[in-house]
Amino acid sequence: MSKKIKIIINGKTCLADPGQNVLEVALANGQEIPHLCFHPDLKIQGSCRLCQVKIKGKPGLQSACTLSVQEGLEVNSEASDARRARAVNLELIFTEHCEECRDCIYLQNCKIRHYAKDWKININKFPDRKAGYPVHRFGPALEFDSSKCVDCGLCVEACHKVGVDFLEYKKHGKFFEVMPSADPCHDCIYCGQCLTHCPVGAFEGVGEFEDSDLVFERPDKTVVWQFAPSVRTTIGEEFGLPYGTVATGRLISALKKLGVKYVFDTSVGADVTTIEEAKELIERIKNKKNLPLFTSCCPGWVKYVEFFHPELIPYLTSTRSPQMIMAGLIKTYWAKKMKLNPKDIIVVSIMPCVAKKYEVQRAEMKISGLRAVDHVYTVREAAHIFRKKGIDLKTMPESKPDPIFAQPTGAGVIYGASGGVMESALRTAYKMITGRKLPKIEFEQVRGIQGLKKADIKVKDKIVKVAVANGIANAKVIIAELKKNPGAYDYVEVMACFGGCIGGGGQPVPVDDEIRKKRAAGLYSIDTKNKIRVAEDSPIVQDVYKNFLDDEKNAKSVCHTHYMKKSKEVYPVKYSAVGGVRRRRI
Amino acid sequence: MAKGDIIAKLESAQLSGRGGAAFPTAVKWQAVKNQLAEKKYIVANGSEGEPNVLKDGYILAHYPAELISGIKIALQYIDHATAIIFLRKDYYRKYKAKLEKLIGRAPIKLFREKGGYLSGEETVLCQEIEHHLARPRIKPPYPGQAGIFGCPTLINNIETFYFVSQIAKNKYQHSRFYTISGDVKKPGVYELPDSWSIQRILQHTGNLPKTDYFLQIGGGASGEILLPSETKKKVGGSGAIVIFDRAKTDLYQLMKFWVTFFMRENCDKCTPCREGTYRLEKMLENKKLDAKKIEDLMFVLENTSFCALGKSVVVPFRSLLAKIKISPRG
Repeated sequence: MSKKIKIIINGKTCLADPGQNVLEVALANGQEIPHLCFHPDLKIQGSCRLCQVKIKGKPGLQSACTLSVQEGLEVNSEASDARRARAVNLELIFTEHCEECRDCIYLQNCKIRHYAKDWKININKFPDRKAGYPVHRFGPALEFDSSKCVDCGLCVEACHKVGVDFLEYKKHGKFFEVMPSADPCHDCIYCGQCLTHCPVGAFEGVGEFEDSDLVFERPDKTVVWQFAPSVRTTIGEEFGLPYGTVATGRLISALKKLGVKYVFDTSVGADVTTIEEAKELIERIKNKKNLPLFTSCCPGWVKYVEFFHPELIPYLTSTRSPQMIMAGLIKTYWAKKMKLNPKDIIVVSIMPCVAKKYEVQRAEMKISGLRAVDHVYTVREAAHIFRKKGIDLKTMPESKPDPIFAQPTGAGVIYGASGGVMESALRTAYKMITGRKLPKIEFEQVRGIQGLKKADIKVKDKIVKVAVANGIANAKVIIAELKKNPGAYDYVEVMACFGGCIGGGGQPVPVDDEIRKKRAAGLYSIDTKNKIRVAEDSPIVQDVYKNFLDDEKNAKSVCHTHYMKKSKEVYPVKYSAVGGVRRRRI
Repeated sequence: MAKGDIIAKLESAQLSGRGGAAFPTAVKWQAVKNQLAEKKYIVANGSEGEPNVLKDGYILAHYPAELISGIKIALQYIDHATAIIFLRKDYYRKYKAKLEKLIGRAPIKLFREKGGYLSGEETVLCQEIEHHLARPRIKPPYPGQAGIFGCPTLINNIETFYFVSQIAKNKYQHSRFYTISGDVKKPGVYELPDSWSIQRILQHTGNLPKTDYFLQIGGGASGEILLPSETKKKVGGSGAIVIFDRAKTDLYQLMKFWVTFFMRENCDKCTPCREGTYRLEKMLENKKLDAKKIEDLMFVLENTSFCALGKSVVVPFRSLLAKIKISPRG
């Protein structure tokens, strides 16, 4: 342990580690220094210049985020000069930001709006510089409204940290602007980490929130909603519940109050994914073919492979993601059971993800020519709908999902955290191979929010070498290892977003490691309390296999798919003369 | 020459950096030498991006051998080092052949700058050589600790290396290079004692104006505005002296020239520099100078800019606005 450094921030003595910056130390000690371009996930930007502080004995001002701690430093963030400087800088930041507060993912959490109010600044001191700037659309997943961008640099940094480098600075006219890359060798994978790291809501999911009017009250159709594993421990945040609160029952009640007749749990789909994927793993290990097996639940990761590493496509599991399997079962097995025409069923998903909006539009995902999922809402969008309809999730009673697809196993729930897919499949594969129950059901080695986890799992007389990566940059490490040693791993889980789906691009903002940890802990607590923790022990799953998936044709069309090489899908929009491409929404 | 000797000589000559910041050269050299590293870099900075500063070009044209000799002295002093001469585009084109001939087999490479004024800033220079976005880095670490590819990097101006070679040969006369331009009879680059006042330099070179004038010293954008009564001062910065005929000069145009320069050359990283210079430009365009707003912008530029470029914007504007009354027509 290195020696702690003592500094004083606004009169409070704080202990810091060497190498820390003043802003980090202040925030860790409950001393709020205003800031915008600092995000604990990412490298220091030092661009917004709001975190101004006065240092005792030094002339001028310093930025707390770029100032390293030194023994005895006396920091004052409330000096009049510091307050004046950040007020002027905030007025300048507002000249870049065309406000659209009613349709913003930050809603009541908007930092700059709070600051503006607290500091009584004039947000219209100068006219908007970016009026007429274009909206860049990233496939069916994301939109980047460049007229809201305040040039903090966090999205570019997030895109870099994910490992994609699709967002970049390009000089346009007099200014460097954040732009999607025009390079044919770069493309967006739709993960949405730009969105969750943007402090001013310049990014949003496609349709967010204007599509929230489509609440699907269709008397002529049967409307079914499903919600992803991770949603249960994140949606509460939108209604002021503590991070990680399990809100499964309340979410179902809220949907029922909305008038939704059938609510299914995507985690049941996850249980089927687990079984199919475990079968595939065992098959490939047995035949020593196409190893390692890569997971494909994450559509961002799939897009990455298809665009950047098409040579890895044969290694992706052909098993569909839980959302797709659940929807497939709804429109086949359940439709038959309910004597419904699949064409008269609308499936709506609440997902932690913006790439899921892309996944559902893929032609390979159709079943008998029909799209399995009709619409995807992010967690934020779902919460927006509830609020609009006056439904407060916080006060909702607990309800259970509809029968048939009501009760997932613990394995199906932990899918929402990085390592969860791997752990679920290992639990099942172990039993399939050995015919015995696991001596210890938890695979702690693959849990946690760290970017890269590796483990050797002993199954009978075989060691299964596994790796779990979240963030594509960590997957790249594995890919590089495999190039050198093709036998390095047998099974690899990759999630594009930091921490897996609990840190997804469709989740509530803001987010950081502490929040991700609590969201994941919520999921694991459900698993621990669950009586059934292995996918194939689920009576629902057993029933589905007995009555439907035992037919290979059914299993193939509902549970499996294929992937193919992709060419570039996203290009920057051209800046036209003033206002040309700008689309203002109210 | 023994390795220790050069430092003693640089110290006794009190040579300081000629890029503008005037940091003591001996201290910089020792700092890089004392770093433990398997690889180090030495860079001769010939970015010379400020308007009305032409002295590095003058040295490249007239004293390239001295420049190379100065770099070689640094190469001898600093272990495990290779050198780079960082040149703005036109200098690279003009002097490449001549320099390469002089370099021969010495471990010195030429680098053609891609950016402009800002690329002369030490950390931006490192970014450029690494082929990254030309934006300043957070300091510390300083390039002397971790510069190009994280290696300790000694960066000195071309003029500094020229004088290193003079000092090594015991020929240093405490001079520096001045670039005189503007409304003068004999513009050009002059090597004269660094102790001379502006007035003496102008007199000596036959450039003292006869009509009412004011001047900008240090650099043609970031330099301070002085009145004739202030010419007892010495010249700092990068040694520019720009003379303006009071009657002929349109002050709005002059200010617009500065702000256009800063806007074009800045990197748009930090709020005050990106938005502040833009708002100044807008006010000048509309010829509506709001004193309160200008003071606010100057305040944040000076106190909160990320790098020296933003901070330096304040110098010419403040001094001009304080010293010369501006009528709405300029």
